Amino acid sequence: MTVDGTTRTRTAGMGDAWRKRVGTRSLERSNVSDSDLSRRSTRFTFRVVIAVTIGLLFVISAGPLLWLAKSAISATQDTLAQPFAFWPSGVQWHNLVDAWTQIRIGQFTVNSLMITTGEVIVAVIAAVTLGYVLAVLRPRYGPILNACIMATLFIPGVISLIPLYLTVIDLGLLDTFWAVWLPNGVSAFNVLIMKQYFETIPRELFEAAKVDGAGPVRILWSIVLPMSTPIIGVVALLAFVASWKDFLWPLLALPTPSKQPLSVGLSTIAPQADLAVLMAGMLIAVVIPLIVFLTFQKQFLTGAGSAGAIKG
Amino acid sequence: MSSVTSPPVIPAAVAVEEVLAPSRNRRRTYRGGVVPFLIAAPAIILFAIFSWWPILRGLVIAFQKTNLLTTSWVGIENFEHVLADPLLGQALANTALYAGLALVLGFPIPILFAVLIAEMRRTRHISSALVFLPVIIPPVVSILLWKIFFDPSERGLFNTALGFVGIGPLPWLQSPATAMLSIVLVATWGAFGSSAIIYLATLLAIDTQLYEAAEIDGASILRRFWHITLPQMRGTILLLLLLQLIGTFQIFTEPFLLTGGGPNNSTLTLLMLIYRYAFIYGNFGQAAALSLMLAVALSVFAGLYLWLSRKWSKR
Repeated sequence: MTVDGTTRTRTAGMGDAWRKRVGTRSLERSNVSDSDLSRRSTRFTFRVVIAVTIGLLFVISAGPLLWLAKSAISATQDTLAQPFAFWPSGVQWHNLVDAWTQIRIGQFTVNSLMITTGEVIVAVIAAVTLGYVLAVLRPRYGPILNACIMATLFIPGVISLIPLYLTVIDLGLLDTFWAVWLPNGVSAFNVLIMKQYFETIPRELFEAAKVDGAGPVRILWSIVLPMSTPIIGVVALLAFVASWKDFLWPLLALPTPSKQPLSVGLSTIAPQADLAVLMAGMLIAVVIPLIVFLTFQKQFLTGAGSAGAIKG
Repeated sequence: MSSVTSPPVIPAAVAVEEVLAPSRNRRRTYRGGVVPFLIAAPAIILFAIFSWWPILRGLVIAFQKTNLLTTSWVGIENFEHVLADPLLGQALANTALYAGLALVLGFPIPILFAVLIAEMRRTRHISSALVFLPVIIPPVVSILLWKIFFDPSERGLFNTALGFVGIGPLPWLQSPATAMLSIVLVATWGAFGSSAIIYLATLLAIDTQLYEAAEIDGASILRRFWHITLPQMRGTILLLLLLQLIGTFQIFTEPFLLTGGGPNNSTLTLLMLIYRYAFIYGNFGQAAALSLMLAVALSVFAGLYLWLSRKWSKR
């Protein structure tokens, strides 16, 4: 078999291919075909392998979170002495209330929501405006601007950590939410996916609007934005999760505990806090991204499928 | 900054030609004018202040001595000091060990899951959601959770589980021999889902006619996997390999919170050393010098990435 020569150009369109194929799979196939499955032994092996995979995935991915949920409402000594037992000394609902008030999880949650909201707004505005100018308006300096933005994708982030910290100090932004809102909104990747989406909008629409007398701002507001809600959603969700997960930068940029988000707050209270209360706090920190993920699974998986993101 | 703590968001799936090339359609609606510039200006200013300027400034600070109050040029003194630090060799070896372990453990897992999920029909949706679930969990939460799992006593969760099959108890984070491995487990748990989803996107984009043709020729499922699935994944595998290396060499949060670099500096990584120089010893010049050296070294991988994806996109 010579299939080597058919390696295709890899483009961002893979996300679309994924979206198109998932769910409409009855007549499609991957490696294993319906005729393979018509053989009894193959079908049996296939089903066992699939069942084992799902079981394994459930234990690996959901297992730790379910254990966290159990332990968050258990007594500390139960969790430490019998990690696999179910509430030998009864369910401790008050852990959640204690976490919210005693170890300031309530304050951290409010901070996290503020920080994340600001970052998402900055990220979406930056990606939409730059994507629109680069993909639709295309000024003369467009290619240079594009190259400058995309070059930052290929420069390892470690180089700007220290100078960014010093810059934030110079601007007097340290210990303000602006110190996390503004730097984290700057993402070449968001600009890239927004730009590529805008490029798929038929240009005839813009030409027609221009003939009708619409200016660039009107075209953005009345044509581009209404047609782009799916991709804006993807960018907003990616920015939301990145912000909620961020640790090192808010640790540096927000030294005052009363301004810190959940990620930083949990890490600082962890050494002293009672284990049961701490785990209740951890559960609270997980619930919001979990709800957002379960609500917008499709957008997340589409975004992640077209992005190449590796934990660092 | 997000590109250090969370992923360097390089689009593996995007051919470099697409990234760097201006739009293919040469028709322009607005060639110049003030309005386009005004629309882009706020975002350009953000990029200038918080992206381009820090990168340039990083090159400058590495040759300066600065303590937030005074700044003076010191030539290559920072580099000499960093290179003479006995901890540098240790941190480099630890980071390389981490990268190696993360590769051995973390690299095949997403490929395996993606290949299996691609074969699923009715259950693919739930499996994709499950595989991606750990990715949305804040690393601090998963780290604190796994720290409890790693309880070195016999009653610790992992040691209890191992006790069922007669192994252990293991010291996990408490021993230099197992600490790094424990850290890799946590980091792999948090990261394997995003790679798996990227592989899955590649797998589902494979032309099914290739499988059909091979099947008609009498190729078995395993032969089809070997001769179609793997070659078709090759591009994504190599790109994610390079991205993973770039990411793992900047590991910070997991060792910082799990061990603080211990025991005995056995989990001190390069980024933790940079953090110590800057925020414990207050020597930003030395921190910037080490950052610069690490960034230059990692740029080799980034360059390789550019070169490879350019080569492939020409096919």
